[in-house]
Amino acid sequence: MTEPGLLSFTLNGVPVDASGTPATRTLLQFVRDRGLVGTKEGCGDGDCGACTVALAGEAADGSSAYQAVNSCLVPIGSCAGRSVITVEGVSSGRPLHPVQQAMVESGGSQCGYCTPGFVMSLFAGYHEPTRTDEPLGDDCIEGNLCRCTGYAPIRRVACSLGPAVAGPPAPRLSRTRPPEHVTAGARDFHHPATLAQVLRILTERPDAVLVAGGTDLGVELSHHRLDPAVSVALDGVEELQTLHIGDDELRIGAGLPLSHIERRARGIFPALDEMIHWFAARQIRNRATVGGNLATASPIADLPPVLLALDATVSIASPDGVRETALDGFFTSYRETVLAPGEVITAVAIPRRPEVPSVSWSYKVGKRGTDDISIVAAAFRLDLDRPAGTHATITAARLAFGGVAATPARAHAVEDALVGHRLDTPTVARATAALREAFTPLDDLRGSAAYRRALAGNLFEKFAHDVANGGHR
Amino acid sequence: MTKHGAARSHEAAAAHVTGRAVYTDDQVRPTGMLTCWPVHSPHAHARITGVDAAPALAVRGVVTVLRPQDIPGPNDVSGHTHDEQLLPTDEVHYLGQAVTWVVAETDDAARLGAAAVTVDYEPLPAVTTLTAAIAADSYSGPEKWITRGDAEAVLATAPLVLDGEVLIGGQDHFYLETQASWASIDAEGNVVVHSSTQHPAETQIVVARVLGLARNRVTVTCLRMGGGFGGKETQANGCAAIAALAAYVTGRPVRVRLNREQDMVLTGKRHPFHARYRVAATQDGRLLALQVALTSDGGWSLDLSEPVTSRAMFHVDNSYYIPQLTVSGRVARTNTTSHTAFRGFGGPQGMLVAEEVLERVARHLGLRPEEVRRRNLYRDAADCPPDEVDAATTHYGQLIEGNRLPRIWRELLDSSDFTARRAGITAHNASRPHRKRGLAITPVKFGISFTNTKYNQAGALVLIYADGSIQLNHGGTEMGQGLHTKMLEVAASTLGVSPGRFRAMPTATDKVPNTSATAASSGSDLNGQAVRDSCLTLRLRLSEVAARMLGRTGSEDLVFVAERVHAPGEPGHAVAFDEVVAEAYAQMVSLSATGFYRTPNIHWNPETGRGKPFHYFAYGAAVSEVEVDGFTGCFRLRRVDILHDVGDSLNPLVDRGQVEGGFVQGMGWLTMEEVVWDATGRLQTFAPSTYKIPTVSEVPEDFRVQLLSDATQDRTVHGSKAVGEPPLMLALSVREAIRDAVAAFASTPEAARHVPLASPATPEATLWAIERLRDRAPRLQQVAVPP
Repeated sequence: MTEPGLLSFTLNGVPVDASGTPATRTLLQFVRDRGLVGTKEGCGDGDCGACTVALAGEAADGSSAYQAVNSCLVPIGSCAGRSVITVEGVSSGRPLHPVQQAMVESGGSQCGYCTPGFVMSLFAGYHEPTRTDEPLGDDCIEGNLCRCTGYAPIRRVACSLGPAVAGPPAPRLSRTRPPEHVTAGARDFHHPATLAQVLRILTERPDAVLVAGGTDLGVELSHHRLDPAVSVALDGVEELQTLHIGDDELRIGAGLPLSHIERRARGIFPALDEMIHWFAARQIRNRATVGGNLATASPIADLPPVLLALDATVSIASPDGVRETALDGFFTSYRETVLAPGEVITAVAIPRRPEVPSVSWSYKVGKRGTDDISIVAAAFRLDLDRPAGTHATITAARLAFGGVAATPARAHAVEDALVGHRLDTPTVARATAALREAFTPLDDLRGSAAYRRALAGNLFEKFAHDVANGGHR
Repeated sequence: MTKHGAARSHEAAAAHVTGRAVYTDDQVRPTGMLTCWPVHSPHAHARITGVDAAPALAVRGVVTVLRPQDIPGPNDVSGHTHDEQLLPTDEVHYLGQAVTWVVAETDDAARLGAAAVTVDYEPLPAVTTLTAAIAADSYSGPEKWITRGDAEAVLATAPLVLDGEVLIGGQDHFYLETQASWASIDAEGNVVVHSSTQHPAETQIVVARVLGLARNRVTVTCLRMGGGFGGKETQANGCAAIAALAAYVTGRPVRVRLNREQDMVLTGKRHPFHARYRVAATQDGRLLALQVALTSDGGWSLDLSEPVTSRAMFHVDNSYYIPQLTVSGRVARTNTTSHTAFRGFGGPQGMLVAEEVLERVARHLGLRPEEVRRRNLYRDAADCPPDEVDAATTHYGQLIEGNRLPRIWRELLDSSDFTARRAGITAHNASRPHRKRGLAITPVKFGISFTNTKYNQAGALVLIYADGSIQLNHGGTEMGQGLHTKMLEVAASTLGVSPGRFRAMPTATDKVPNTSATAASSGSDLNGQAVRDSCLTLRLRLSEVAARMLGRTGSEDLVFVAERVHAPGEPGHAVAFDEVVAEAYAQMVSLSATGFYRTPNIHWNPETGRGKPFHYFAYGAAVSEVEVDGFTGCFRLRRVDILHDVGDSLNPLVDRGQVEGGFVQGMGWLTMEEVVWDATGRLQTFAPSTYKIPTVSEVPEDFRVQLLSDATQDRTVHGSKAVGEPPLMLALSVREAIRDAVAAFASTPEAARHVPLASPATPEATLWAIERLRDRAPRLQQVAVPP
């Protein structure tokens, strides 16, 4: 392995040497320890947005942009070579940045504790290079909790901000490639540029932890439940950042943030678009990846149901080569997958079959509509022998769920029973009843087993109803 | 004519948006400051049989582990109920209770040290739910009653008597800034505490008590809070006392800052309540008699549970005249965290029961709930002939003067286009089997004053410096509600200068002593009068100086305006405020003054359940429209219209913010914020990943908030009214709109005559409410592929 370099990055336009701090320390802790206490810890879970900062990265169009991220989830090792702006870097205060000025005038702050996070989310949105003349809207601030204002004045700010009148205060440095290997505070952080390098590191250091978006891992770091000696950042690996829209498939690089997928692949699979919309908040979507969402193998992960319903396959690389496996069967038990030590998910492919008439959609039910962990998530796809209508017969069915079993799961028996039938009332009633009995979910704080069973059936019934009313073609 | 004040931004808004506003744990740390970390009990109730701190002391960086015997004064951190030890000596009473705290050089060392402490327990039987406490007869303190007339007699003979019960969930405050304090002790033994507290004086009392000091040795300062909502009225005291004790033991500055999980596990929440009622009504929906038994879940210690329960009893009528009413209130004792003040302070729970009763009657009779509500609204004392004044008198005997609800009701029905929308929704629901809309209007009448009469006092201290700059001190704390902004405006308008001339000082016990909590929506009412009083004193002194400067003999009528002082009608012949101040100094006139205020003519006798506990009532009403999905129970809030009475607003921007924010917080409580404990008493919802407060997307895009015009309130500062708590209860309209939509799923009109709905009305609860009303089989028939 190469000789490690020093961990450094740019903070509010000024280079900082972070080599004395463990590379696994969160960016939030790091900036606060440096006296930049405008960035607040509201939860340390990536759920409240009070710690939002702007991190230089690539916009969906390839240009450089600042992205809002939760600094409590970002290990500073991930920041090597990057540019970070905290609230202190937005303006010197005189004059205020347009986002700050609007927040002052609208009454957008009351206690002020969440305010720096809102300012940073609005700041990143305001300077987003792909932004059109459309106002920012709720999407930009969904990941920021405010307990005082009821959001109304902040929404007025988001809706009032026109096109950026000037660039951001510090240049949107597209990241300079950091040393392949940095060490800081006795923690190693690798920034490989190629998949081959990733695989080599994993061979040499089997204890290494892969960091894709880090939105799940970051919670473990933030709460000191994990402190890996060796981390491998995947966000600089070119092969994992690809998005290929082919005639026969959509192939998504495992390391591509959801923000990019939602913008660049929009309209190909409406069921996927729908689920990404409900997938966490902006700060998370700016970091979270498909590969990470599959590898963490949570039974309540949002993407697996829709990927299962769309017959996705997973490409897995190891030093022996690349293998491709169906996602159905990828999850073996609670938080376990077929991934062997040293293997890396490289891409997810979803077949496109425009010649097959089909209807599909996805649903997510949580206590809160927005940015919640699902009680039940479901995705359905019905292939038909002719365009949807009274006489269409189901030729294949995919009924996939999260939150009803130890893994994301399909209801294979009910799928089989649907084949050869029309989507008529008796068929829907039978399937709904069968789905209610198909799983043995658990009671937990989010919902009872009975509610989950009811939803498993009801969501299919809702889908059938929506289809009957002309939706989801 | 509307006489609302200027819509000035929050005085700290520029500091908020630049990240420069300093909060307790953001202050520059003194050299050598230590950090504390709690050791939590894994049992809901257990005897402590041994604590071994040695393994913690072996952790590098750990300085000490606090022990009860380290406490020089009484081991008592309660306000005045004497039932909460700072460090438990014998027993732990809830799962997560801090058994001890580890004091260390760094967060990491403190955390690792806390993990190393071993505590031996002997588990004891625990009562972990309100229903279990009621079943086990586990209560704190006696049952209390408020009685008007003879409800029992009417209920025994009335032709229409209905009954019901409802279990009301709690709510975590989820202030964005968790509890934080730090303390230092100087060589002479004087203690300085910085605390994120709504009640610096009580924090001072508690710190002085546990350290065995007179109160004059302890100074408590609150810079500002990142949200309070009642959660820092008493619950800041424990953290402050731990920091102070650790500073006493180690001789070094010590901080305590809870992380989110610690905060949610350790601190109390809005009280869960159980209510059982019987109601008698006429066939046209007029209430005749009501009997209600309220039981609050106080958790393991009393804290503020008794006054919270009392306020629920005071508000069980909401806005409705109930001729015969008996309400009882009791605090259940459970092995959970000690529940505490939360915006509304029991009022929301009492009013939820009132709305539950109104709905029960209306739906049973097949009448529109909005019509039944209107028929039962209190009248205004001024509109009642002597023999009907009972209809403008509460069940505890307070006359309702200046009742604005009838007017608010009319204006809001009109401005919200209620009647047309009701018709539109009926039509919509007739054609949409799976998505039903609901509409509801609910009123708010909320009593303003601490019900413990002696708390209704406030002080201020204004310091004018010879350069004309001014420091403003008052006893209230700033938690985002805009109190300092309003106080600056009161002071500035009294002295005829701009608010920019002032510095709003952090709240400190060495500036204004013996203050009350900033609570009960009273901050502006009480402190505003005290600030005005001190500024009037100074103006009087400055007037005499200015009169001499202007060559006048009389000084009483001088005008202070626009940074100048002049005689009436002679603005051209004026002296600058700065010059008057400089001259006052030269003439050896005092430039500082205290101010004081006590609310007049309020009284309450808890023994008889009679009195005039409130200075006045705040009023409002809201119309909410929802759409409920019959497959999932999920709802969407389509539109909200609010008309709220804030008197002559001191600051419409601030007051509107309180109305919008209170409403959304109440909506969260009633629809998505579910506090869940497991059977062992372990809190399951201890993070925002599991406890969901509203995001921007739950707020209706069509959100119309109006402040009532022509609303000058008598005997208040500048004609204004309290606004902190009352708007929260406007959210009851969301709950009732959901119920209205649920009712529309009923398979028969008969089925819609009783529509129980759990609180919070989560999607799951709403789906079960729908399922109860509809016949499953016909619904499936409605799914069919169109031709």
